Amino acid sequence: MKLVDHTKVLQQMKSRIITNSILKILFFCATMFGLVVLGILFYRVLNQGIGYLDLQFLQSLPSRKPEQAGVYTALIGTVWLMAVVAPVSLLIGVGTAVYLEEYAPKNKFTNFIQINISNLAGVPSIVFGLLGLTLFVRALTLGTSVLAAGLTMSLLVLPVIIVASQEAVRSVPNELREASLGMGATKWQTIVRVVMPASIPGILTGGILALSRAIGETAPLVVLGLPLFLAFLPRTVFDMFTVLPMQIYNWTGRPQEEFQGLAAAGIIVLLLLLIVMNSIAVLIRNKFQKRY
Amino acid sequence: MWIKGDLKMSVHESTHQSYSVQKMIEDKKQKASATQLLEKIMPKVLLVTAILSILTTIGILLTLIVETFTFFEHVSIIEYLTAKKWYPFSDPGSFGILPLIAGTIKVTLIAGIVAVPIGLSSAIYLSEYASDAARRIIKPILEVLAGIPTIVYGFFALTFVTPLLREIIPSLEMFNALSPGIVIGIMITPMIASLSEDAMSSVPRSMREGALALGSTKLEVSLKVVLPAAVSGIVSSIVLALSRAIGETMIVAVAGGSTPNLNLNVTESIQTMTAYIVQVSQGDAGYGTTIYYSIYAVGFTLFLFTLLMNLLAQFISRKFREEY
Repeated sequence: MKLVDHTKVLQQMKSRIITNSILKILFFCATMFGLVVLGILFYRVLNQGIGYLDLQFLQSLPSRKPEQAGVYTALIGTVWLMAVVAPVSLLIGVGTAVYLEEYAPKNKFTNFIQINISNLAGVPSIVFGLLGLTLFVRALTLGTSVLAAGLTMSLLVLPVIIVASQEAVRSVPNELREASLGMGATKWQTIVRVVMPASIPGILTGGILALSRAIGETAPLVVLGLPLFLAFLPRTVFDMFTVLPMQIYNWTGRPQEEFQGLAAAGIIVLLLLLIVMNSIAVLIRNKFQKRY
Repeated sequence: MWIKGDLKMSVHESTHQSYSVQKMIEDKKQKASATQLLEKIMPKVLLVTAILSILTTIGILLTLIVETFTFFEHVSIIEYLTAKKWYPFSDPGSFGILPLIAGTIKVTLIAGIVAVPIGLSSAIYLSEYASDAARRIIKPILEVLAGIPTIVYGFFALTFVTPLLREIIPSLEMFNALSPGIVIGIMITPMIASLSEDAMSSVPRSMREGALALGSTKLEVSLKVVLPAAVSGIVSSIVLALSRAIGETMIVAVAGGSTPNLNLNVTESIQTMTAYIVQVSQGDAGYGTTIYYSIYAVGFTLFLFTLLMNLLAQFISRKFREEY
């Protein structure tokens, strides 16, 4: 009696192995799909925008005439926005992270804060815009100022900074804290002089990533009512301003082809800014990363 | 000789010190009390910053709820939930949220159809087939996709994907649901890929080795062992990604159009909840008008949708997690 039909087994094996290799190729193609799209996107934007990108584009005010238009006010506005978002969100975010990791007792309230932060991260950015419109623009009568937009954006990126800082603080080994406490330092001294310096790379990396999210966001700023077209620079944080994504949005919405080119040029400037910031984050991570 | 010198010095120093000991004690006391004070105050200051995040949530809820109630003084809640037309700008306007929800769901479904198969395939490839070196290169590049500002995707959808699709489907309108849906799908693909890959990598090696030892191919291991074991993480990553798609604004505002329609047609101009809020914010609907309050009602509806999906994702990942 034949227990095993060899031809049948071979046939089955063959088809299983073939399915395996076909699907492997399919999976690989799916993975490549994202990379290809990224390539096409960069190529399209560069192709359309590079002709409009020159020094004059960076130094000109926005204009109805496409050949004279530039991103100067938007670029400076983005810098102003960063100047507000960076200190506000870092102070609050790092404070929260240090509290949760170093001081918070393990109880329901702490748990609630933690769950709340992860839920905040899932709130659509446009809803933060509605909050900012009611709270900062109307209730605190800040108008569509740098301060109102900066505070709104700070709240938006807060969860990112908190989570990154928490991870950074958590990765500082307990032996360091114990050594410091053993030498007679108080808890706060330990945090400021031991834990903080050790977790700075992680915090900075998270902070830069959060900041790059803040300068790329458009939706909340549209809701706040930031002008799409502005021909002067803000002097204080209480002045009106506009940012790069808003300027790009304005140009994208126009039918003429020249403005599409301008939008692409604006996108190149924005992407370059983001690439520089992300490279700095990677550099910091690689340079200061310590494995304990 | 040097002993003499040393003595001299120590004498000199002791007189110097005896002069300042009292002062030093005072200083020390003051410093200690300052340290003590800092020690007591700082936890409270930090607690306040932590509470700010809760206040943000409360602020969002209060804002949305209060303004939504004001809206329902102008428009009945029954009309809002059941009317089939959204014509806020005509007089008298019609405020039925269903067309906006239909637009949102159309775009989200298309995004899901694009992102789920591609995202899952990438996750399987990265976690089961790819070498360490390949993974280290591909994963960060995919994360770049997730970090591109949404306005850039909007521009891409309008100026590249829409014209391309119109070559294939001539009846496609300039603004439609298909193009932003596909682009949002591309945007959320890395999220599904990365989170699912994390879930699949955390399945222990021994399970794979067991299946391989029984004669399974790699594909069978991935689909019949790893995928079921990581299913909670995978499903919650999909739900999270779809919730991102629902809340996505700029892509649909740029490429989706502004015509709320209650149907299943994906080739014609649509409007999502988010795009409506953008449209009103850009126009000059005065403060206090019905239209002004309507964006809060729409925003609240949107908020509820995403909140439910986020809670669902958390529930799935907690409830169905397999512990190894």
